[in-house]
Parts: sequence; C-alpha cells; structure tokens
Amino acid sequence: MEKAVGSMLSQIFENLVCLIRKFIFCVLSVAPLPNHIAFIMDGNRRYAKKRGLMEGVGHKVGFLALISMLRCCHELGVRYVTVYAFSIDNFKRSPKEVQSLMELMQEKIDDLIKEESIVNRFGLRIYFIGNLKLLSEPVRLAAEKAMLATAKNSKAVLCICVAYTSTNEIVNAVKESIEEKWDEFCVLNASGAGYGLIKLGGSEGDEREQLIKLIDIEKHLYMAVAPEPDIIIRTSGEIRLSNFLLWQSAVCYLYSPSVLWPEVGFHHFLWAILNFQRNHSYLYKKWKQQ
Amino acid sequence: MPRHVAVIMDGNVRWARQRGLPSSAGHEAGVRSLRELVELCCRWGVKVLTVFAFSYDNWVEVEFLMKLFEKSIKSELEGFISEGIRISMIGDSSRLPKTLQELVSDAEDRTKNNSNFQLIVAVSYSGKYDVVQACKSIAQKVKDDVVRRDDIDKSLIEQELETSCTDYPYPGILIRTSRELRVSNFLLWQLAYTEFFFVQTLWPDFGKAEFVDALTSFQQRKRRYGRRDS
Repeated sequence: MEKAVGSMLSQIFENLVCLIRKFIFCVLSVAPLPNHIAFIMDGNRRYAKKRGLMEGVGHKVGFLALISMLRCCHELGVRYVTVYAFSIDNFKRSPKEVQSLMELMQEKIDDLIKEESIVNRFGLRIYFIGNLKLLSEPVRLAAEKAMLATAKNSKAVLCICVAYTSTNEIVNAVKESIEEKWDEFCVLNASGAGYGLIKLGGSEGDEREQLIKLIDIEKHLYMAVAPEPDIIIRTSGEIRLSNFLLWQSAVCYLYSPSVLWPEVGFHHFLWAILNFQRNHSYLYKKWKQQ
Repeated sequence: MPRHVAVIMDGNVRWARQRGLPSSAGHEAGVRSLRELVELCCRWGVKVLTVFAFSYDNWVEVEFLMKLFEKSIKSELEGFISEGIRISMIGDSSRLPKTLQELVSDAEDRTKNNSNFQLIVAVSYSGKYDVVQACKSIAQKVKDDVVRRDDIDKSLIEQELETSCTDYPYPGILIRTSRELRVSNFLLWQLAYTEFFFVQTLWPDFGKAEFVDALTSFQQRKRRYGRRDS
C-alpha cells in the first residue's frame, strides 16, 4: 500500500518537474534560441578523482550527463548538437585508458541505436565526425552502423566528434579541395582550355585567385553536415577550444561554466541559454548602431 | 610567461561614449593602451604580441582608423628601430589605401632584422581568409609541381599561414577586452590550444594591473593538450 502511494507521489512529482521545464522553455522561446549547441565534455576524470571513484566511472556518469543535455536540447527545440567525445590528442593517453574509452564508446554507441533509446525517440540523426580510420575496427564499424541506423531520423542532428581535431579536419578539407580542383584542372588542360584567363588577358594573380575559394574548403569539412554552432559550452572551467571547431567557432559565443561535465544539469543549460540570449540582444543593438 | 600574447582590442567606442566623447577619442586612447602593452611585453620577456585592429566585418570606422594607423606607424617607427622591435602586418593589405600599403611595407622592411620583440598587427584579417590564402598558395605549388598532393599536411599549411612571419605563431594566451565572449574571426588555426582570457575592462582602460591578472591566470592554468593530468 505504502509502496503504491510512494510510487504515485513520485510520478506526480516527476510530472510536475516536467511541466515546470516545459513552461521555462516556453518562456525562453520568446527570445532568439540557438539552432546549434556544441559541448566540450570536460571534467570526467576530475569528477571521478573528486569522489574517490575509479577513472572509468567518471566517463560512465559523463555519458548520463550527455543524455541529460540531449534531453534539454530536444525540449528546447535545438536542431543541431555537437559533442567533443574523443580528440586525436587523446590517443596520447595511456594505452589502458585509450582502450577502456574505446570499449565504453562502442558499448554506448550500441546502446544509442537500440529501438527504445532516446536517439530514436527524439528523432536524432547521428554523424560521427573525425578521422574514423584512426579508430579501432570494432568502434569504427559500430559508428558506421549507427550512422546507417539513424539515417532516416530527421527531427534533429547529433554530431559526435571522435578521432577529431579541427586542424586535422582543415588539412583534410584542404587536401580534398586541391584534389578536386586538380581533377578539374587536368580535364581542362587535356582539352586545351586551362583556366583560359591568361589567354583572355588575365594575370597570373587572377588565376591563383580562381584556384581555391572559401566555399571549396567549407564543403569538404567533416562538419559540413551542420551549420556553425551558436554556442560552444565547455565545462570544468577551462577556457580554451583544445582544437575543437576552430573554423566553425569564428563568431560563436563561448561559455565556460566551472561545473564538471558529469555534474552538468538543467540549471546550467538554462543559464547558458539566458547568457546566449543576453549576448545576442547586445550584439543586435551594436549592429543596429553601426 | 607566454612567448606569444594575442589581444582583441575591443571597447574603444564604448569607452568614448561613456565619457561623452567622439569615437575617435576612444581609438586614440586605445593606441595609448597598446603602446603601454608593447612596453610591458618587451620588459617582461614576451617575444611576440599580435593585436587585432579590425577585420572585414568592421569597415564603419575605417577611414579614421586608417589615418590613425598611418599616424602611429610614422610616429613610432624610429622608436621601434632603436629598440629592436620588429613590426609585421597580417591581413589583406590590398584593401588598404596605397599610401598606407607602402608605409607598412617600408616599416616591415626597415624592422625585419630586429629580434628583441615582434609586434604583429592584424588589419583586414580573418582566420578563415588566412587558411584560404594558405590553401591557394599550396594549390599553386601543387600546380607548379613544387609540392606533391601527398605532401599536404599540417606543417605545410602552417608554413603558408600569414603568421609564419614569426618563430612563435601559436599564442599562449588570447586576451579580449570588454567582455565579449567570442573570437570574432581573429586567428583560427593558431588558437588551437590557446588559453582565452575574457576581461570586462574596455580596451582603453586595459593597463598593467589587468595584464598582470591575465598572466597570473595563464600561469595557474593546467595545460594538458589532450593528455591526462600528471
């Protein structure tokens, strides 16, 4: 009897919390909302150390924090979410830690694509962003399977950056854009046309300008599947990008709460959105003054 | 002490408005702040200071800023030469008036062998533009058979970026005044591991105390570069 009452009260409380959250997000929607939020999930190891836990536990709790943030983003209607899960620099850690992270990633990827998981409930399409060839075979296969399994989801997009650094992304984009232009150039050369500019009286400088444009590089970036982020949130108080989305963060709002990633919650998210909106309105005024 | 400090000098106009002055007064006060920072950097062993004057996105105050830039180079050049300070400019100089282009080129030439300290002024610069122009150079070299497509890597791009004019292209710290929490298209590639320091103060009020705060914060930060804590 008591158990049933307890469970009923717990359900009522949960529904109330849900209602309050919906109301708060409704109020927030009056002002501009971010279309794309990126997270640097920093602080898992410090969290485990702080609580005297084994290191791997920090990452596991960190995964729960990720689910919590995905829920917040879904409720607010944020279309794109990007997370920095594993940097190419992280391969420099001890083989034991790298191995355990790879295993955790594989386990969580498999969980994510289960039928009843939030990814499918929220209609999230998953992209794995980075140099996936650097991943171990089982993880890479799991990632490819997840991308395939969620390809039909269309409500929102989740970009998970693994084996990623921004400089690696840019080098790859530069290489691919030159490769593409090289093929074009060879075709034109073979037909005797070249770029034609010098024959028309153009200068060598003009020809160089035609070689590669901004748009050529941008379309070859791994992150071309999403627009640029509106906010980058890095937890644990570090104020640096650590080679994450350097290209895409040119005009993005950077928010660095001191909370450790596994401890991040609804109120931190709320604060980030409020700060974004305050900053956004200030920028709009500044733009109008100009 | 960071070898390379980068600064986004923001807040001149707000500073002037707060005092009921024209924005030109704010920019002039900004130049005084910059002069003070250059002196502090020289004294405290910073080797390179890169400052963000303005980018493509801010051509409203252009005319006045151009004149101020011209005036500053003319008045400071002899001082730089005698103190062993090298001045460099990064950005799309083709958008500057011809007289200013020549003045800058001359200043760069006359100070290029100075090695005590380097001041890099970013004018009409954006991080994306820098990467694109590096890419164009590489594409041209590939076309001319100087470089093979397989050789395109991180260090090749670094060599072609405009910051290759210095031995220390990666700032240890980026300071932005007036509490804007964004990079605003300043350096991009070069900021991969840079510590950011956002400060409330407006640029003309940024002085020794604020710089000490920034450096203290920098020294206390744990820079791991993706590895674990020791």
